[in-house]
Amino acid sequence: MKNLMKSLLLGATLLAAPHAMAKEITEPFREGYIASLKGKTVAFLPGAMAMDLAIGWLGALKSELEPQGVNIIVRDPNFSVQAGAQAFTQLLAEKPDVIVVHNPDVTTYAKLIKQAEAQGILIVQVNMSSLTPSTAYVGVDWVEMGAIQAQHVVDACGGKGKIAIVQGDLTAAASAYTMSGINAVLANNAGIEVVSNQSAGWQSDKAKSITQTVLKQHPDLCGVIGFWDNMDTGTAAAVDEAGLRDQVYVATSGGGETRAACDMVSSGAYDLNVVYNVPNQGANLASTIKYLLSAGIKPGQISGQMYTTLTPVTSANAGDEGVCWTMKQ
Amino acid sequence: MPKIEFSQQLIVAVVFVLLFGGLSLFLPGFFHLENMIALLQSVAILGILGLGMAVIVIGRGVDLSMIAALAIPSALTLQLATSGVSPVLAVAAGFALAAAFGAVNGWLIAYAEVPPLFATLASGLFLAGMGQAWFFSIESVPLPDALEGLRVLGRGQTAGLPNSVLLLLIMSVLVWIYLRKLKLGAFTYAMGDNPRGARMAGLPVRPMVVLQYMMSAMIAAFAGLIMASSVGSMSTRIFNSTWIYDVILVVVLGGIGLSGGRGGVTNVLIGTALIGTLLNGLTIMDVSFPVQNLVKGFVLLAAIVIDSIANPRNEETAQQGDI
Repeated sequence: MKNLMKSLLLGATLLAAPHAMAKEITEPFREGYIASLKGKTVAFLPGAMAMDLAIGWLGALKSELEPQGVNIIVRDPNFSVQAGAQAFTQLLAEKPDVIVVHNPDVTTYAKLIKQAEAQGILIVQVNMSSLTPSTAYVGVDWVEMGAIQAQHVVDACGGKGKIAIVQGDLTAAASAYTMSGINAVLANNAGIEVVSNQSAGWQSDKAKSITQTVLKQHPDLCGVIGFWDNMDTGTAAAVDEAGLRDQVYVATSGGGETRAACDMVSSGAYDLNVVYNVPNQGANLASTIKYLLSAGIKPGQISGQMYTTLTPVTSANAGDEGVCWTMKQ
Repeated sequence: MPKIEFSQQLIVAVVFVLLFGGLSLFLPGFFHLENMIALLQSVAILGILGLGMAVIVIGRGVDLSMIAALAIPSALTLQLATSGVSPVLAVAAGFALAAAFGAVNGWLIAYAEVPPLFATLASGLFLAGMGQAWFFSIESVPLPDALEGLRVLGRGQTAGLPNSVLLLLIMSVLVWIYLRKLKLGAFTYAMGDNPRGARMAGLPVRPMVVLQYMMSAMIAAFAGLIMASSVGSMSTRIFNSTWIYDVILVVVLGGIGLSGGRGGVTNVLIGTALIGTLLNGLTIMDVSFPVQNLVKGFVLLAAIVIDSIANPRNEETAQQGDI
């Protein structure tokens, strides 16, 4: 009886042994990962919250980072550069672990970015970079953006004709760098003449009145390159009102929000909208932050770029699933 | 020595003729019927706002909240219509908001006796902030299909003139009737000339102030609907732009003295035409937006200097907070 018990016990132990041994192999990374994210603060400083881009980025940051115990704070300067600089300065005092910053132009925040990194705050720049490098940049390669738009317009014009350019704020990365991309393409296309190259300051009413005047001066215009779809509703309205939808190729760019991008292409208002998928950018931002925090990177140790994939949306693919994303109202 | 009439209207008219003539001669493509129409169209909304501002300035006030009153009520109309409210109700709600907002402005100025400069500066921020924070999730509210009927306001032509230009002319006639044919208009001039004197004479100065600010807010809301239908959306971000200075520029440049009691509809139209010519010329010459602002700023400065010479402050009736 005793022997039987002994052997049963032994058998049971042997059977149980593999389980017991498996429990001993602990996943070696997750505790460090969880600890490195929990309780951290990420500050988000967009140009303004009230636009599709910022709403999309913040949505992704929240859904990716908040479950990890990351605290997200938002500072909304509402399109005011001064208010943005003030909010940034205030953030330096609050010392969040990461600041995600959307630069209104290439210089205003330059010093603040340097100062923040010197204080140990990781700076992740989103979509519009400053001239000052920081730990990470996640966003569009604007030079490529300009080149894609210009190439489409050049092709649509058959290599020769008049085009107009409607820029945003001239010193914003999205204007300055896009312009150099356009210039690079135009340098190889001597037949294309830029008859107007003006800034509408990201305002749709301004874009409309500029385009209207240009169309009256150059009724034979064959293309317009606009720098942001939220502004180029005005550009498209001017072309439409002049009855030149078929003749004038309207190219723009934006964050790929359904109503601002795909719907406008489907309706024929834009012929091309080169989109950067904002939720993907948001996910890239969140991934970058997760990586930086879990790796324990300190500001100044590394500096890298994560350029967003650009998708040219035309009437051919505007209706396809997944090309655009829809913002919840 | 014969006295030369130093009238700002005359100076501006001469400047306008010189500028217009010069551009017509030296800038190819400027003096074309097509371009003239584009020129008028590009400043029609500005002109309508100028009419509202003129009523206020003639009554010795200023309304810095006009761009908020342009953006928020019209965007509210678009938003309501998008969410399924009937178009008529949506438009009515927009105008009701504008009227209530104007009444608050007027009350602050007439009864609480806050100088108009500060009252409207603050109330404009309040309205724009309220709209951006509570009403709308994004700054640009698209024109929904339900309001397709409004498109005639900002697009299309009637008898060869763009509808927005026609609306400017209609509004000009209405404001002209108000200022020159109605008793209320005479009251406005009297108040602008000497507010205390007007009150002594038994004019209902305080209710008049409320009425004037309600008018300017509703004119602005109307201009907002025209703009929304023209561009296809209402961008509330326009409040952050330099539009309000353009409106003041039109009024002052046209020769409506900031000290009140002078000028009329003609001045607004001359001012609008001059700014339109200037902007159109600069656009054709492919001058960048910041440089255009620089030129506008310079012209505004010059106009204010001329205004202060041509229409000196009346030391007897001037009050603190007057501009």
